[in-house]
Amino acid sequence: MGPQPFTMPHIEYSALAPVFVLFVAATLGVLIEAFVGRTLRRQLQLLVTFGSLIIALAFAITQWSSHAVVAEGALALDGPAVLLQITLLVIAIVGALLMAETKADPAGDAFAPRTSAIPGSDDEREFTMRGWTQTEIWPLFLFAVSGSILFPMANDLLTMFIALEMLSLPLYLLVGMSRRRRLLSQEAALKYFVLGAFASALFLFGAALIYAASGELTLGAIANAANQDSSTTSLMLIGAVLVLVGLFFKVGAAPFHQWSPDVYQGAPTAITAYMSAATKIAAFGAVMRLLYVGLQGLQWDWQPVVATVAVISMLVGSSAALVQTNIKRVLAYSSVAHAGFIMTAMLAVNPRGLAGALTYLVTYGFVSTAAFAVVSLVRSPAGEANDISQWAGLGRKSPVTAAVFTFLLLALAGLPLTSGFTAKFVALSSAWNGWTGGVVIAAVLTSAVAAFFYLRIIVSMYFSPAKDDISVTVPSTLTRLAIGVCVGITTVFGFAPQAVLALVEHAGVFVS
Amino acid sequence: MSTFPWLTALLAFPLMSAAVVMVMPKGNAATVKRAAFGFSLVPVAIIAYLWSQFDANATEQFQFAENTEWIRGWGVHYALGVDGIALAMIALSVILVPVVIIAGWNDVENRGSGNVAEYFAWFLVLETFMVGVFAATDVFLFYVFFEAMLVPVYFLIGRFGGPRGAFAAMKFFIYSLVGGLIMLAALIGLYVISSRNGIGSFAYADLLGLKMDPNTQKLLFLGFFAAFAIKAPLVPVHTWLPDAAQQATPATTVLLVGVLDKVGTFGMLRLCLPLFPEAARWFTPTVLILGLVGIIYGAIVAIGQTDMRRLIAFTSISHFGFITIGVFVMTSLGQSGATLYMVNHGFSTAALLLLVGYLISRRGSARIADFGGVHKVAPVLAGLFLVAGLSSLALPGMSSFVSEFMVLQGTFLQHPVIALIATSGVVLAATYILVMYKRTMTGPVGQGVEVVTELNRREIWAISPLVAALLVFGFFPKPVLDVVNPAIARVMQQIGAVDPQPRVAVVDTKAGQ
Repeated sequence: MGPQPFTMPHIEYSALAPVFVLFVAATLGVLIEAFVGRTLRRQLQLLVTFGSLIIALAFAITQWSSHAVVAEGALALDGPAVLLQITLLVIAIVGALLMAETKADPAGDAFAPRTSAIPGSDDEREFTMRGWTQTEIWPLFLFAVSGSILFPMANDLLTMFIALEMLSLPLYLLVGMSRRRRLLSQEAALKYFVLGAFASALFLFGAALIYAASGELTLGAIANAANQDSSTTSLMLIGAVLVLVGLFFKVGAAPFHQWSPDVYQGAPTAITAYMSAATKIAAFGAVMRLLYVGLQGLQWDWQPVVATVAVISMLVGSSAALVQTNIKRVLAYSSVAHAGFIMTAMLAVNPRGLAGALTYLVTYGFVSTAAFAVVSLVRSPAGEANDISQWAGLGRKSPVTAAVFTFLLLALAGLPLTSGFTAKFVALSSAWNGWTGGVVIAAVLTSAVAAFFYLRIIVSMYFSPAKDDISVTVPSTLTRLAIGVCVGITTVFGFAPQAVLALVEHAGVFVS
Repeated sequence: MSTFPWLTALLAFPLMSAAVVMVMPKGNAATVKRAAFGFSLVPVAIIAYLWSQFDANATEQFQFAENTEWIRGWGVHYALGVDGIALAMIALSVILVPVVIIAGWNDVENRGSGNVAEYFAWFLVLETFMVGVFAATDVFLFYVFFEAMLVPVYFLIGRFGGPRGAFAAMKFFIYSLVGGLIMLAALIGLYVISSRNGIGSFAYADLLGLKMDPNTQKLLFLGFFAAFAIKAPLVPVHTWLPDAAQQATPATTVLLVGVLDKVGTFGMLRLCLPLFPEAARWFTPTVLILGLVGIIYGAIVAIGQTDMRRLIAFTSISHFGFITIGVFVMTSLGQSGATLYMVNHGFSTAALLLLVGYLISRRGSARIADFGGVHKVAPVLAGLFLVAGLSSLALPGMSSFVSEFMVLQGTFLQHPVIALIATSGVVLAATYILVMYKRTMTGPVGQGVEVVTELNRREIWAISPLVAALLVFGFFPKPVLDVVNPAIARVMQQIGAVDPQPRVAVVDTKAGQ
């Protein structure tokens, strides 16, 4: 038998436009690094980064009403995917604004002038003295963003894996590039990389098992195979669990969250701000598509698994945050708890559950990003003041910063009139049904615990005497704009939830 | 009826005044205070006008009603309106605000640190939320105000309270927030059920008579009740109140105990009973026992207190036991009495707390043992203290007597045994008040008590409306009862409860046959 004739796959390039724009821009960024002189690089890179992000955002918005499977089944262009893409791109713009900040740290931006220099060495001092800045961060960042927006539209397991790696690999690097506390940063990068590689391997192994069980890679076909042939269900389930573990690692759900406090703490805060929101949004987009499209027929099997992980995440996240003294670790554990809430919404395998989780993702990202952005502003002479005890009395010293941070903490706690409440309400009301009602009760009780550690920070900011060596840097317009956008969105979605509800309603359901 | 949104005006005005107070030039504290006081009088005028326009026997349940869609997707409305109960509670709230502003005139200076404008602005912000929580006729809106109230109180206790204010504020906030979250779960459940019934709305009127199975109803009842029990507070979830009362300034405590805690019992009457009547009936024995435990326990613990502020907090816990029993006995006498009790307790406790506050600011101590013979050095203060105390122990002729008697009478109709045991609370009340009076006011002038000076004009101005209310409503409670009774009749009808015939009347009918 001769080789089969090769037919060109039909690819709708327009559907991929946002991803392509970013990918091309990132490649361009690499070329700029190679050929443009040091003095011009930063300006050019900023131009390319913001330009491509805005163009990508525009392309994504034009696809707002699409609902189709494209690229031979490899990609799904539907409301939820586009909604998450738009959110991710806005978060990326906010993140880029934070990364571009040079006023917060007296020595320059938040990144090590040259990562290869040994921490504490003469080389490092010399590079710092010359005022050099690292500009490779921009192409890396763009690669990560292009991976993140591919993630929620991946409709087969291989594309999903590629998106996952495109998102993760640049982040492993970016995490290790902090200007201050470089050893901590490098340690975080290594941990993230090792554990992330492990999770990727589990994902791949799971995908292979699913392929073995069904002979298919696209989610729709996997679903059909699962419905028609029950003899391979157990193999399929083992594969599904492994794939889910890989994805749960990315979203930072307990017990697969071990990396997140270390990485959130060690990474440059601008990167933490971006990745805390982006990896969660992108990976949850993939989790939901996998569960709702590929494994919908097996919902009775995976629901208890997801419920268990949700409850563990909420318990671990809320209780571990209680004993933290570092503010970035508190926020890291809080994000673990929030992952549990998002999963609680997903338990309702119906459009309401999807809408609940989407609402949560769209609102949570901005709160988390803004919270980390504020963290980057409170500094001591040695760098960021991340110890909660150092935040004492901030309410007196810098009322505006303290008020903004209080508002964001209240949003994280889910108090009414913040977007956090909107999210919590939608998520819990979609899960309030049958046995999943128990998970809702767990969610409510852990929110009470969570409220305690958010409050503890507020208490220390307002009711304690101020520390002398702590100052709040007045950031440039970049950071102010970033925080302003996030706080604005948090306020609008809190006072007029109809805005986000309408967006999610328009997004509709997954194409299958 | 005019279409002017009076209730929105009543809501918005204090909030805007708070903003104005905050941006006023900081230099002149006296101007800031006068402005805050002046602003706080406007709501009093508005409520006086509303009271005069209120038609107690109107056919619609809520008057001065406003209704605007807020969140279409969830069926949430910005809906306000008052019945007689809400009107009475709002009146209590807006009258107490200027009183506490006068009473707390020098709180910030006495404390030595803090921002005067901020202190008074928080009171005004709190006023908005208090009006909102009583006026909301959308359950979701009620919840929002219910939670929002925490923020001003939290800052008032934490930033302007005593040395352990931050701790007390935290304890208060956590307790309330846990209650609020449990209520949120029940709220979501209620919404899910209303969606299944094809209503999908939070409007109070839409939720009345919702069909649901008995177990769900019990769970939802418990969710709301837990929040209100913490707020009220009922034993055993009361421990935050003594701490908060001890650490907060007397002015804050007046609003906390006088108004905010009433939101709990108001919520039981407005939401728990009408929305879940069967469940409420099922839980009635439990709640009555809780109330009874509260009466006795609060009173006994009060007797043993050494700090006057804690003592008053525990007397309030005892009184809230009465109010809860009155609400849950399901007789119109009991419920009207309970509502009247909410108002009267607000005035009498406010008077008592402010007087204790005056004592503390003079002597620099709240310990009972540090006083003695005050009536020799400050006779007016001592006399007013006695009047407020007697009202608190429900002496006939004082306003609390009327309400306590009505509650006991209403209870006796349904549950004679409970009423009998509850009556012992009256005796215990006499003990804790009179013992406190004896130890602090009578006897030889104690060491260090010479510094206790007579009340000044400002302090008398703050206290006099309260004492007037105690006496007027003691002899003539009709104005309040006139607006409350029709509203209670409607609640009774909503929960399908019927007043039992008095025993004597039963005998008469039999004789007639």
